Amino acid sequence: MDVIALQEVSRRYGSLTALEPLTLSIGAGEFFSLLGPSGCGKTTTLRLIAGFDRPQSGRILLQGRDLTEAPPHRRPVNLVFQNYALFPHLSVWDNVAFGPRSRRMADAELRRRVGEALEVVRLPELARRRPHQLSGGQQQRVALARALVNAPAAVLLDEPLAALDPDLRRTMRRELQAIQREVGITFVLVTHDREEALSLSDRLAVLNRGRLEQVGTPRQLYEQPRSAVVATFLGSANLLPEPSGAGQRLLRPERLRLGPEPPGEGERGLQARVEELVFQGATVEVRLRSRCDRPLIAIDTSANLPNNLRVGSELWCRWNPAHSHALEEPTL
Amino acid sequence: MSRLGSLMLALGSALVYGLLYAPIAVMVLFSFNAPRGRFNLLWQGFTLENWRHPLRDAALTQAFLTSLALALAAALLAVLLGGLMALALARARVRGRRGIELLLALPLTNPEIVLAAALLNLFVGLNLPRGPLTLLLSHSLFCLSYAALTLKARLAGFDPTLELAAQDLGAPPLEAFRRVTLPLLAPGLFAAVLLCFSLSFDDYVISSFTAGETVTLPLYLAGAFQREISPQIQVLSTLVLLVSAALLLLACRPQEDPSR
Repeated sequence: MDVIALQEVSRRYGSLTALEPLTLSIGAGEFFSLLGPSGCGKTTTLRLIAGFDRPQSGRILLQGRDLTEAPPHRRPVNLVFQNYALFPHLSVWDNVAFGPRSRRMADAELRRRVGEALEVVRLPELARRRPHQLSGGQQQRVALARALVNAPAAVLLDEPLAALDPDLRRTMRRELQAIQREVGITFVLVTHDREEALSLSDRLAVLNRGRLEQVGTPRQLYEQPRSAVVATFLGSANLLPEPSGAGQRLLRPERLRLGPEPPGEGERGLQARVEELVFQGATVEVRLRSRCDRPLIAIDTSANLPNNLRVGSELWCRWNPAHSHALEEPTL
Repeated sequence: MSRLGSLMLALGSALVYGLLYAPIAVMVLFSFNAPRGRFNLLWQGFTLENWRHPLRDAALTQAFLTSLALALAAALLAVLLGGLMALALARARVRGRRGIELLLALPLTNPEIVLAAALLNLFVGLNLPRGPLTLLLSHSLFCLSYAALTLKARLAGFDPTLELAAQDLGAPPLEAFRRVTLPLLAPGLFAAVLLCFSLSFDDYVISSFTAGETVTLPLYLAGAFQREISPQIQVLSTLVLLVSAALLLLACRPQEDPSR
């Protein structure tokens, strides 16, 4: 059974359509991400699932029950807010105990559950602290424990890592994934960070301008996007016209080989001139322009690139046509 | 800053604080005076006699207790109503919010005596006998704007997602208000009660129009000053000062900023 099922759910604000009719199913134990640029409808979707907003049309089913009109406190989902929204007047322990107390849980059970939740996020020693005495990463974990303690059908996470600095973000990303695997609860993550969505999710949905573009595994979406929008949103992309002239093919930059040799048997290629080299540490990004004035982008490790590569170099870009992918919905 | 500059600054500050506190110091000092005659205006000699029975003057004590009860009741009523107004202005999508806020601040600029006369007019027109009730009504009325504006400022720094988080964690809206909003607003409520209390406790002009036969402390003092100035007045005022200072210290004690 689906933990969360949205059926033709839509939301307008005045004349602005925040969400076009959206149908989406999220299964038990899944790590699911809603990915898109700001204003794409991902946060609206999350607020609709949490119950902070009501759709104009459609139904929202949680664990098979129609809860479209239920208030937030009657929904079996818990939200981790972007700013964490920890209660400043309560200790870490009391923050985590807030949900169980709302449900009038018996004292012994409550103590056990709160203790367990703090163990899961590895914070039991900070139980007596107030939220303002914690670092950003610790606050984040308290917010997560406060949601997990209720054993919800799903934990909803609204850009949970956006407020952290990059190093901490990477650590918390791994930790989030480990915790989700440990507790086995469905996680629904809202993010605009494609790396985050690609590395964390079992499946993800790409939203754009209130419309669902595509749902699938990270690999499917990265390698076989349906549209140019998804292709470019999930990573840098070369969009080449089909040899027939109708439509476009996606060629990811890491699939391009650069060198003096022309394309061999079964390969395709373009002659191009290097316009820019961007050193990125492990890899180098090479920006080129083909003879027919088409911009190209290639990414490869320094070891694989020709030694004498510099701006102005003339060379061949080769690729295996099996590594390119035809787009159903090319750019207009 | 140059040495001269900081010296001037220190001197200036000392002068300002000196002027602020000189009358208070005189009041405290004269509560220990042993006056000759009925007017405690000239220093004659030190005594603890006035402090031995601080509540010796029955009429003065009665007026003091009346003012105390009135100020407390008026402050609580004003903060209750003003708090609800502030909540509505901060939360609800009210049409013409700006206008309503302006209307809230406008009474502060109205001369008190004009309000007092208007209130007397109203009470006479309603055939309401002047006494404790009319005093309470008029005092909570002039405190209302202060309470609402103080609490509105407090609510402006309040993160509304905290209430959403409480609801998300299973608390219905009223329970979310009781468990999250109210405790976080408590310092603001306390400050507003303190402010309204001192406004009401001090009030002479409005009381003089709406008190009827009831005698508040300022009314009693104004009358008494024409006959005598007894050191008991300074003793009682010093007591009030001590209690106010203690309450203020309590309100301003270093605490974690709950809005962060």
